[in-house]
Amino acid sequence: MSNTQELATATEARLETTASRLRELVSHLRQQRAQLREEWARLITEAKLLTAMTKEEIFAEATSVYDNYVEALETGTYEALQAYARNLSERVIPRGVETHEVVGIVLLLRDVLARSLFAKYREDFNKLNRILDAYEPAANRIAATVAVGFVQERERIIREQQEAIRELSTPVLQVRERLLILPIIGVIDPQRARQLTEQLLRGIRTNRAKVVVLDITGVPYIDSPVANHLVQTVEAARLLGAIVIVTGLSPEIAQTLVNIGVDLGKMNTVGDLQGGIEEAERLLGYKVVPVSETAAQPA
Amino acid sequence: MQVPILKQGAYLIATVQSALTDEDLKQLRDALVGQVSKVRARGVIVDVTALDVIDSFATRTLRDVAHMIRLRGAETVIVGIQPEVAFSMVKLGLTLAGVSTSLDLEEGLAYLNRKG
Repeated sequence: MSNTQELATATEARLETTASRLRELVSHLRQQRAQLREEWARLITEAKLLTAMTKEEIFAEATSVYDNYVEALETGTYEALQAYARNLSERVIPRGVETHEVVGIVLLLRDVLARSLFAKYREDFNKLNRILDAYEPAANRIAATVAVGFVQERERIIREQQEAIRELSTPVLQVRERLLILPIIGVIDPQRARQLTEQLLRGIRTNRAKVVVLDITGVPYIDSPVANHLVQTVEAARLLGAIVIVTGLSPEIAQTLVNIGVDLGKMNTVGDLQGGIEEAERLLGYKVVPVSETAAQPA
Repeated sequence: MQVPILKQGAYLIATVQSALTDEDLKQLRDALVGQVSKVRARGVIVDVTALDVIDSFATRTLRDVAHMIRLRGAETVIVGIQPEVAFSMVKLGLTLAGVSTSLDLEEGLAYLNRKG
């Protein structure tokens, strides 16, 4: 027999024994299911994890995690567990369960199972070692799978929320025929500035707007790239045949705009939103008159 | 690709239908500036709705057209610049300063009518 063949056979034998040890392990865990599960649920409560859930819920969750855990150990595939972890995260995240809790309970389960192995094989140290050799990598991988599944789910939720906030952050409102208002509140970062431009230019086209009042009363400050972007947006709007009136500039923003040397001939600015709307109405040829005044006029 | 120029009342309307080469642009400029007095037009509308890109040469030519036509006694409006095109033009510093622009053909006609 050549050396390579020997090596291959040895590796095969090792794999074989790892598999058989895992099988032994799994049958042990199946036998002890009720007791170990109980123990684990007790530890979870003791460690004050999953406080957002009731005892019954914890027990029910513990049961299904336990079964999935053993199954992953048995089959050596993690897809089912991954799907389960994602599903679990989806259910528990809205209830305020934190990452450390999820990681904590999986590690607790790992420890509970390891303890039970210690107890079972305490007579035979070598065997215990071999069993742990098979158990530990699989257990660590399971812990990693569940933790990653949870974090991924969290990130997905965060991304969705960011998307939602972004969509809410730049409303385009039509207040009169041909007149749009864009009230901006909060800090404008480059990403939001880009979105603002897009919304504004698209809004002009779809609403056939002639005048747009861009109210930045709620914006505390802007940096010069964003200020430049704003000026460019105003110019682009002009190319579409619309006039942009910027209102509510804070002293800090005025300073930034002066610093970047904005051409004031191109920027139409009015002190506050009311003034901006009045100016826009004047440009559109509207005149708002109190009812009493019109009534007083001779017919 | 030649740009058709239509006479509508006192106005000339040139509707660009596909991307233009520099040569096409020059031809459009010469045709518009030449015809504007011939038909005694009071206004010229250049509709660029179909253009996905307006580069520096096109911008300069459009501006030249507007200025030359003003010297010949008429008004020019560029209409139908797409939002994305407008913003990329501005990013490149092409702002068509001193040239009137409108949302679309209808707005352009309304603008010229107001100007009288």
